[in-house]
Formats: sequence, C-alpha cells, structure tokens
Amino acid sequence: MLSLFIASLVLFVLLRLLPGDPANALLSVGADPRQIEAAREQVGSNLPLGEQFLRFLGNLARFDFGNSFISRAPVADEIAARLAVTLPLALLGFILAIAIAVPLGIVSAVKADRWYGALISTVSQLGIAIPVFWVGILLVMAFAINIRIFPSGGFPSRGWHASVEALRALTLPVLTIAIVMSASLLRYVRAATLDVLGSDYLRTARALGAGFTEAFVRHGIRNGAVPVISILGIELASTFLGAVVIERVFTLPGLGSMLLLGIEQRDYPNVQGVLFVSTLLVLLVGFAADLVQRLIDPRLRDKVGAGS
Amino acid sequence: MSAAEELTPATVSSERKSRWSPTLTIGLILVGIHVVLALLTLFWTPYDPASMTGGRLEPPSFAHWVGTDRLGRDFFTQIMIGSRIALIVGAGAVAIGAAIGVTIGLLAAFATRLLDDALAATLDILIAFPTLLLAMLVVAASDSASLWTAILALGIAMSAIVARLTRILAKRVLQNDYITASRTSGTSWPGVVVRHVLPNIWPTLSVNFALQFGIAVIAEASLSYLGLGAPPPNASWGRLLQEAQGTVYTAPIGAIAPGIALVTLVIGINLLADGLRDIGDPTRRVSR
Amino acid sequence: MTPLLSVDGLTLKTGDKTLVSDLSFSLGAGERMGLIGESGSGKSLTAMAVTGLLPKSIVPAGSILLDGRQVVGTPERTLNGLRGSSVAVVFQEPLTALDPLMKIGRQVAGPLARRLAREGKSPSRREVEREVLQFLDHVALPQPERIANSYPHEISGGQRQRVAIAMALACKPKLLIADEPTTALDVTTQAEILKLLDSLVRELGMALLFISHDLPVVATVVDRVTVLRNGRAVEEGPVKSVFDQPRDDYTKTLVEAARSFDNALEGTA
Repeated sequence: MLSLFIASLVLFVLLRLLPGDPANALLSVGADPRQIEAAREQVGSNLPLGEQFLRFLGNLARFDFGNSFISRAPVADEIAARLAVTLPLALLGFILAIAIAVPLGIVSAVKADRWYGALISTVSQLGIAIPVFWVGILLVMAFAINIRIFPSGGFPSRGWHASVEALRALTLPVLTIAIVMSASLLRYVRAATLDVLGSDYLRTARALGAGFTEAFVRHGIRNGAVPVISILGIELASTFLGAVVIERVFTLPGLGSMLLLGIEQRDYPNVQGVLFVSTLLVLLVGFAADLVQRLIDPRLRDKVGAGS
Repeated sequence: MSAAEELTPATVSSERKSRWSPTLTIGLILVGIHVVLALLTLFWTPYDPASMTGGRLEPPSFAHWVGTDRLGRDFFTQIMIGSRIALIVGAGAVAIGAAIGVTIGLLAAFATRLLDDALAATLDILIAFPTLLLAMLVVAASDSASLWTAILALGIAMSAIVARLTRILAKRVLQNDYITASRTSGTSWPGVVVRHVLPNIWPTLSVNFALQFGIAVIAEASLSYLGLGAPPPNASWGRLLQEAQGTVYTAPIGAIAPGIALVTLVIGINLLADGLRDIGDPTRRVSR
Repeated sequence: MTPLLSVDGLTLKTGDKTLVSDLSFSLGAGERMGLIGESGSGKSLTAMAVTGLLPKSIVPAGSILLDGRQVVGTPERTLNGLRGSSVAVVFQEPLTALDPLMKIGRQVAGPLARRLAREGKSPSRREVEREVLQFLDHVALPQPERIANSYPHEISGGQRQRVAIAMALACKPKLLIADEPTTALDVTTQAEILKLLDSLVRELGMALLFISHDLPVVATVVDRVTVLRNGRAVEEGPVKSVFDQPRDDYTKTLVEAARSFDNALEGTA
C-alpha cells in the first residue's frame, strides 16, 4: 500500500512537472474558452496543489481517469480496450521466454564445459545487446515480407472477436518479446544454476548416493528458482511498460502506443491513466512474485515484511 | 565461496597471473573500431552527410559501400556519424547519471534512517520504470527532441540505478571499523568520503557504468526510433532504422546495417565491462 | 583380508599446481583413522577424491580402492553406486550442507529410502517416516517428530550436524568420512558431537576417516593418524605415539601448539 501511495505521489509530481498548463494543449485543437475552463476544472489546475493531489488520489481509487482531451472519451474505457492487446502480448511473450530461457539456462550451466553450453551462453550475451525493435524489424523482414506468413503489423479492428487474426497479428510481436527477454532471463537462470551446482547441499546429496539428475531435480530446482522468481517479476513488469516500442514496430493498438500518443499530444488524462495502470500492474506483479517466493522459501516466512 | 571453490586454492593464484582475457581483447577491438570511426567523422567522411549525391535507396556498391538512403545520402557516412552519436550519448548519459546518482546515493548513505528509507523506496519505484519510459517522460517535458535532451533524459533515468547501487555500496563501506578509526583520528566526513568510500566503491561502480553505457546506447536508439531523438544529420542509428522500416522491402540493407553497427558496439562494451570486472576482481569466477 | 579403503600413490593436480602428491594409506573395516593438516594441506580434497566427487578442474592420478572397486578414472555410474553403500560423508558446515527449503524429515528420508531399495525392500511412506524418526532419535535429537517437521534454519547448529550424521548413517555405509564435522561448532557442542560419532561408529562397526586440523579433537576418536603437510604425508602411526613422540618437525609443532594451548587453559581453569 505504501508503495502505491509513493507511486501516486511520484506520478503526480512528474506530471505536474510537464510544462505548460494542461489546458493549453487544447488551444492547438482550436477550443473555445469554455472548453479550456472545463478542462482546467477537470484537471483541477485552478485549485491549490494540496487539494489537487487529494482529488487526484480520490479519482485514482475509483479508476476515474477523466476524459481524453482529444477524443473526449473516458480514458478508462480506452485503457480497457488497449489492455486487451497489451496484456496477452506481454503474458504470452513472458511465458514463451520462460519456456526458452529456463531449459537453455540450465543446460548452459550444467554443460558449461561443453561446446554447446558455452555457445548458449555466448548467444545470450548477444541477445542482450540487441535492441528489441531491431529484432522486431528483422522478424518482420523474415516472416512478413519475404515469406508472407504473418502480418507485418496491425491488429484486427474487431479485436479478439476475430480471434485467429488477432493471434496471427500477435505472433511476431510475442516472438520478439520472447527472444529479447529470454536472452537476459537465461543469464539469470544460468547464474542461479551455477550457484546450485556449487552448493553444499547438492554435494551432500551426491555424497550420500543420489545421482546427479536426481539430486538436481530434488534440491536444485527449488533453490535455484528463488532468485529467478524475483527477476521474473521485474522482467514481466518491464514488459508491460516497455511494450511501447514493440507496439510501434508492429503498429499495435496497445497501452504503449496510447502513452506515446498521449505524450505527443499533451493528452494528460491519457498519460496519467496509462502510467497509473502500468504502475498498478507492476506493483501487482511484484506482489505476486513476493508471494510465490514466500511460498517456496520457508526462511522468508518468519520475517515480517521481508523483502526490500 | 562455493564448496568446490574452497577446495581449490590453487586456481585463485593461477587466475591472478593472467588478467588479460580474450573477452577484454575482443571488447577493445569492437569498441575501438567505433571510436576510430567516430573520431574520423570529425575530420572526414566519405561523403558530405547532407549531400544527396547518389540515387535513392541504391544497394551497396563500390561508390556507396552501404548504399544510399531514401534521399540519396550516403548511408555509410550516416552510420559513421551514428557511431559518433552513440558514443557521445553513452558517455554523456553515464556522466550525468553518475553525477546525479552518486551524489544522491552518498547522501542517502549518510542520511538519517527515515530519510534514507524514503529515498530507498522512491528509488525502487523509479527503478521499476524502465529506463526508456523515464527518458520518454523527460523528453516530453522538455518539449523538443534534440541530442542533448535525449542525453539529459537518459542520464536522469539512469541516475536512479546508480543512486541505489552507490547507496548500498557506500553503506557497506561505512560499516567498517576503519571508518570509525579514521573519524576518531580527526578526518571530516567529506574527507572520509574522498579517502575511503569512493576508492572502495569505484571498482564495482565503474563496471556498472560500463554496462550502463551499453544500455544508454540502446535506449537512445529506441528513443530515436520512436521519433523522440535527434533528426538527421545528427541522426542516430535508431532514427536510421525507423526511416528504413518503411522501405524495408526495396532496400533491406537500410534496416540491417545500422542494427549491426549498434549490436557490435554494445557487445563490445559488454565484453569490455566483463573484462574490467575480471581485472578488478580476479578471485571471482571468470565471466564465461 | 583386503582393506576397505586403500589409497596408493594418490596425486591431485590442477593445471600445473600439485595439491596432493603421492599419498598412501589404508583403512580396514571397522578401523578408525585421522587425517590431520592445516587448511590447504589437501585433506578435504583427499576425502572428495575417495568419493569420486572432485571438481572437474582437479585431475587425480594413482589408485584408490574402495570396497574392492577402483575410484580413479571410473565412470560416474559405478561411483554413484559406491556412494551411500560403501561410503558416506559428513561435512563441515551444517547450515549449508542441508537443503534450506526442505523439511528435515524429507531430507533424511532420501538416503534412507535409497538404502532400503538397495536392500531390496519397498517400504511404505509410513515405514520410511518411522525409520527416519528412529535415526533422528539415534543421534540423540530431542523431540524427533518436531525436528523432522522443521526446516534447517529453525534448529541449532549442533542439531543440524546431528541431522547430517543421521543422514549419513541412514545409508548404513561401510566407511564414514567425517570432514571437519565439528569445526563450525562451539566447544561444548563439539564435545557432544565427537562423543556421538565415537559411540555410533563403534556400535555400527563402521570404518571412520576423520579429517581435521585439530590434533586433540582427532585424538579422542581415532586409533591411527596421518599428518599431511602441503599435500604430502609427513608422519603416520598410532595416535598415541604420534602425539607423545612425534618424529617429524611439523608434527612436533602441531603437538606443541596443542599442548601449550591446553596448558594455558589449565593454568586459567
């Protein structure tokens, strides 16, 4: 809860720092003084700061982000519609990344002395040096232009009602996210596995007759998972907020592009709404990761309020 | 130390002899190529970056090694300039991030419990936001897209990570007995910082800076790609890629070359950072 | 009768550094021997070599015959079969030697169930649990049920070490290797654990290889000692004669150090 409060505070401060009276944005759209005053009223920039903040908090609690300056439509509705694109994108990419990174990471650690172990590790080094949008562009070049299997961008206007189209539209973006995320995830899995391999409890198990695989599975997996889970939380959170770039590459109508547009057009309610929802998602993910960690690691349960 | 490492004291001393690793060499070469190209652009480029001499979107040829862009400008020149931009951005962002971050981190390490906790919580929240997003917000706040805006934005965005790291490292150093000893012998707090804290946290920090350099380059490329970076002729690779995306069917090289340039630089930086880490702390497991 | 463990000309090298050179000793069934040396003398490595658990960077040469099977250069599958049945190890650090995320009972059940399978039995879960509690009781742990249901961090260091011993015993090995089992414990607990080891080894008729840097500690539990220095055996013999009349200079300094410490203690007692 405290984190949420601080987040709102930071958000509030950041947004108020953006120059220009929010209402001025409307001048470029050719609004009349009444509309500007209404906008001011809505944003509350004519009230003292303290009151503004309280109103801000109250609205956030009700998920009332106001109306977009540009489209006049409720921000919350727009966000809901775009979440339907961004959430599946992030989650599918995340799941695929785990499916790739965990087995490969373990292999690259266990077989670090073999050529394929070292190869995996090298490739992952490469993976973290590649900007995500370039991967997207390359995938588009490979699969959407040369061989036309997948669309090079866009999302069906009927949304998920056109489910096959929607899935096809998301395939390359999900693949892009998965590739980039698995590169960095792999390194963490590898490090965790190396720690397990050098651990005393594994040595004990083997000294008492357990085979390597049996000892690794019985003891290593759970112990190795603990540090990886906190990273997973952070990575998933970054995906939500970092979807901006992917959505630009593939022209997807998600939260990221909403944020970008909002910033470009000084559409403050939109920006505010997206940032708040994103922060909420990030905090939720963090909370979930914390919960899972406590489930697995009994040492964390005794301490009250454990975790940073 | 793991159980296996404890049983092998010999490996520690043998690693201490050979600090120079192939990682470091390759890293230096890759980064070196870009540095050379970047420095070269200050005096000479194959073509004037603004001149539209060639035909539009020509494929690579003898005259234009990487072809031309959609306005007929030599692409290789653009990429060379991209090297210069990337290095400036990286250095600038890291410098700003370091200046702000280290200061805040040190302040937090010395601060009272309450202030420190509040700072720590704020830093954690800021870090949860990806660098790119924070940078976007700062760029938007500044109302214009130029190279220096991007550098400032990235610097501010990265300062949170630097601040947290500095805080943790400095606190660890401050817990040591020799600090108390130094204080009782009359060293003032600033003296303690300069003489004890900074030298001790520098090795870890510098490796972190090296890694941040690479992150800054990629982040700036992303900013430019999104249209929030500097326009040509000061275009960075990200901007080049964005412009190339539209014509990727007819001129694929445009979407490939800047990417390769970027990847080679960042890999070089990462390898350099790994190499530096191994030099600074030879008792640790070698990076790969 | 062939000795249970026969180490002959064992040399351990990593890169061009030699960690252990030309070490030879043997141990018969039911015999107890101590391996003494400072850190870096190669004693723990020898224990790892005997069980075939050396890290890949260390290359063994020579011969180690354990329970009639050669250990050096043998494939892992064979070695795995030896561990648990022929040899079991108790390590130095009780906290890290146990899986922090698993309950004690389950951890003891692992090697125990394996041994039962080896003996051809297929017990039910309840039977395994019962035997686990029996072993925990055997190592003088109070309230075995509570301990079995606890996690390693919830019990004390001395209790953890007893658990480690219970796990090793559950294998019913012919040879028990104890690698500095009491070094990480306080003096009182140390004495208790030593007594426990002594009685259990005697009762179950196991051979014991006790590794330590602490001469007086070792002297209470074993019959013979080999003193290691920089990877070489510098002296060996029955513990009483080595203690009373050390021949090698290095051994003399060890004995001297131990004695002066005792004298100092007695002086203040």
